[in-house]
Amino acid sequence: MDFKASLALIAPEILLSLSALALLLVAAWSRNSSRLVSILAAVALGGAAFLAAPALCAGAMGPDTAAFGGQFAADAFASFSKILIYVAAIGCLMIAPTFFDRNGAMRPEYPVLVLLATLGMGIMVSATDFITLYVGLELNSLAAYVLASFMRTDDRSAEAGLKYFVLGALASGILLYGISLVYGFTGATSFEGARAALAGELSMGALFGLIFVLAGLAFKISAVPFHMWTPDVYEGAPTPVTTFFSTAPKVAAIALTARVALDAFGMQADAWRQIVIFAALASIILGALGAIGQSNLKRLLAYSSINNVGFILIGLAAATVGGVSAMLVYLAIYVAMSLGSFVAVLMLRDAEGRQLEGIADIAGLSRTKPVLALCVAAMMLSLAGIPPLFGFWGKLVVFQAAVEADLAVLAAIGIAASVIGAFYYIKIVKVMYFDEPADVVKGGSDWAHWLILGVTTLFVSPLGYLLTGPLGDLADRAAAALFFVA
Amino acid sequence: MGGFPILSVMLLVPLLAGVACLFVEAKAARTIALAATLIDLALGVVLWLNFDIGGPQWQFTERAPLFAGFSYALGIDGIALLLIVLSVFLMPICILASHSIEKRVGEYMAAFLFMEVLMIGVFAAQDLLLFYIFFEAGLIPMYLIIGIWGGQNRIYAAYKFFLYTLLGSVLMLIAMLWMVNEAGTTDIPTLMQYDFPVGAQTWLWLAFFASFAVKMPMWPVHTWLPDAHVQAPTAGSVILAGVLLKMGGYGFIRFSLPMFPEASAQFVWLIWGLSMAAVVITSLIALVQQDMKKLIAYSSVAHMAIVTVGLFAFNVQGLEGAMIVMLSHGLVSGALFLCVGVIYDRLHTREIDRYGGLAINMPKYALFFLLFTMASIGLPGTSGFVGEFLSLAGIYQANTWVTLVCATGIILGAGYMLYLYWRIAFGVQRNADAAAMPDLSLREWLMLGPIAAAVLWMGVYPESFLAPMRQDIAALDARLSRAAPEGDAHLVAGTPRAEAANAVEGTHDAAHGEAEGAH
Repeated sequence: MDFKASLALIAPEILLSLSALALLLVAAWSRNSSRLVSILAAVALGGAAFLAAPALCAGAMGPDTAAFGGQFAADAFASFSKILIYVAAIGCLMIAPTFFDRNGAMRPEYPVLVLLATLGMGIMVSATDFITLYVGLELNSLAAYVLASFMRTDDRSAEAGLKYFVLGALASGILLYGISLVYGFTGATSFEGARAALAGELSMGALFGLIFVLAGLAFKISAVPFHMWTPDVYEGAPTPVTTFFSTAPKVAAIALTARVALDAFGMQADAWRQIVIFAALASIILGALGAIGQSNLKRLLAYSSINNVGFILIGLAAATVGGVSAMLVYLAIYVAMSLGSFVAVLMLRDAEGRQLEGIADIAGLSRTKPVLALCVAAMMLSLAGIPPLFGFWGKLVVFQAAVEADLAVLAAIGIAASVIGAFYYIKIVKVMYFDEPADVVKGGSDWAHWLILGVTTLFVSPLGYLLTGPLGDLADRAAAALFFVA
Repeated sequence: MGGFPILSVMLLVPLLAGVACLFVEAKAARTIALAATLIDLALGVVLWLNFDIGGPQWQFTERAPLFAGFSYALGIDGIALLLIVLSVFLMPICILASHSIEKRVGEYMAAFLFMEVLMIGVFAAQDLLLFYIFFEAGLIPMYLIIGIWGGQNRIYAAYKFFLYTLLGSVLMLIAMLWMVNEAGTTDIPTLMQYDFPVGAQTWLWLAFFASFAVKMPMWPVHTWLPDAHVQAPTAGSVILAGVLLKMGGYGFIRFSLPMFPEASAQFVWLIWGLSMAAVVITSLIALVQQDMKKLIAYSSVAHMAIVTVGLFAFNVQGLEGAMIVMLSHGLVSGALFLCVGVIYDRLHTREIDRYGGLAINMPKYALFFLLFTMASIGLPGTSGFVGEFLSLAGIYQANTWVTLVCATGIILGAGYMLYLYWRIAFGVQRNADAAAMPDLSLREWLMLGPIAAAVLWMGVYPESFLAPMRQDIAALDARLSRAAPEGDAHLVAGTPRAEAANAVEGTHDAAHGEAEGAH
């Protein structure tokens, strides 16, 4: 494959890295350019999404999509994930300025860091080599550590950044150790090579490698039992950053996990399936139980995201084209629900403009802010997977895939455990609709917040079902690309 | 009706009205809600009049493929027709009964109208997933109705209602996905003819049972019902008792029985056992209640147990009886809750001891209350008699012991209902405030009158209600016949006598023979 074709395949990444570097210069020259830089960053992300789209629409797969000697794949699967990541990142850029402005903490580095993190995520989802994987992952993580502690004068933010860094570094170490074992026992760092070498019986060393790699990735997707950092980091990080963490990096890490599991370890599905099943059920159950006692909305949503990762992993456990397609559909819906929920949290402010995060603060919200309450209620019921909201569709396709893969028992346990989760989602609805108004939420909100909340609410409303056709179609194409084995 | 999509219109009218109610103030919301439900009632009457008895099994069908192999498919048979008519009949009455609701009227009316959409949807859906969406979505408005406009302990009741029924339903979803995967279609009429492997039927049946038993509700998973009933506002109780409970019975008759006949036969003792326990235990519990609504709620559980034994009698009488009990109970228990609501609105207590001697100051009310009490007991001439008699006649062919135990329910039912009536309507007027309550207003006449007429109609001429579903019940019976458990009666026909028992030697022999032949 010649160099020019490779460069054409990584066009979105080139665009993002050049824009990030250029915007970094702009940021260095003028300190007051944060709004301009945000807008330009969003434009760059939109452009990158535009560049990534053709591969998805054409259902690109196979050797034509491999760049740089098989280290990087710009196939439909990567493209689907990237578009989702870019859209989520644009959303997170839109909601940030009003929040940081109020605290006087908005600096033009924020959009640049988001761009760099997004670039790393794009590399993660396209990685077909363990080295590329690691480079992408670290690029994303380093930017994310800084973002978590972006409000440097705030103790909680600094604490979140530090925690994220220490635990993230540990996870990277575990992952890297796993990669070294896999390399040692297969003699390859490329997914293709590892796949070929792992056909047949699995040696003990390679099994350890597989377990370490998956454990490292489980940290990144915050699946139980490697989820401990999530509530602390989500609570401590500034809310726009939390929104970002719960959407884009999660998509990237899950897509990456799917590619590693199905491509590099594709011949050993039985070996990793039990790990994934355990992580899925444990995430669903602990994510639900952990959320029950929470009084902080951001912590609660952190547990909710752990819970949702469990459902997504059920799609992975199926290890079929249908399963991956279901995962992608679920991810798309999850991104909308997560974005919407965090934006709603961002819109809760008291009379002095301070952010409110407690569940008690939204008591009786349906009477003081009926539209906001309706949107939050839609998000919560959708997260709980109650029809006719769109979140139900995500659960449906995932469980359908599991049943089709003869995992009906797993599906039954998973869905029964989802009832535990429903408890705290309807608790939010109860607090907003049944309780007497606490009447502390005041003040109007920015148009960008309303826009994102409105769009995501429409998406999770029953109107979202109109999208099931195109969404399912694109997800099927992306999933087919992942299963293309030359 | 040609191509007029009447079922879709019936769904659309309350949906649009519900959305409109969210945006207007109280008075307008009441008018819109009443108008929308009356339009739906009119459409329901049109539906019934145009239903071709003896025609094709599925009528008024509409079908539009949507996505991922799942379609917007509506259509009704006689069973669904009657349940839809019951729903649209009760809805305007519920709206009238909601007069005492003062807070957040717009949202309240919207919740009720959305509820109506979902109820009609459940009975009309011909696609498995569409059915599930309607079935499950009903949780949201009901949760809000109980939680916002309910009584003292409403939050607990709302949670219990939501989580109990959700847990039951999600297992059904997995079973549905398995069935779709196995049969390759989500079309309910096709699935009703599909023979699932007998081993798998057991699991599927249990998953569906988990859902329908909670909805029904069957003992011992009925405990959400008294809480929800007691805490819900009057109209909420009417809808809950009148229509939502019927979804469980409808589920059995539409899914469990025709789709898994072998498994249904296999679990027949589970159903019978739980039903017998329910009849006796909940009737005894009802006997000691001090709260009127709780008493009626427990009596609902007992009546629903008669429905389940009728359904699982595997014969035509049992199935017809179960359907009539469902319809009758929908009217009667709804009406009883309205009767409770009438006096609750005046005195704001549901405690039985606070009332007494109401027949003196509220004679018209006492008359209606008496009629519905008698219908609940199953007095001949009221709808309750027809249903209970047919159900018990059906189960008698299957098992006499079960019949014996279930029949005690009628006696116990007479016990607790008459005891309730005695304490409320007869005796001395213990409290001055209860003695000063005025008799029925025009609005209350409009609520109770139509139900009383329907109860008597169903009791005197049940053929109107049996005719539309006769063919569907016969088809179901034919499908079940291969699995039906053998009856325990072992009837032995004796040798016929040569002549009639009352024959008098030598006279009219020839004429008598002709008369026999003419029969």
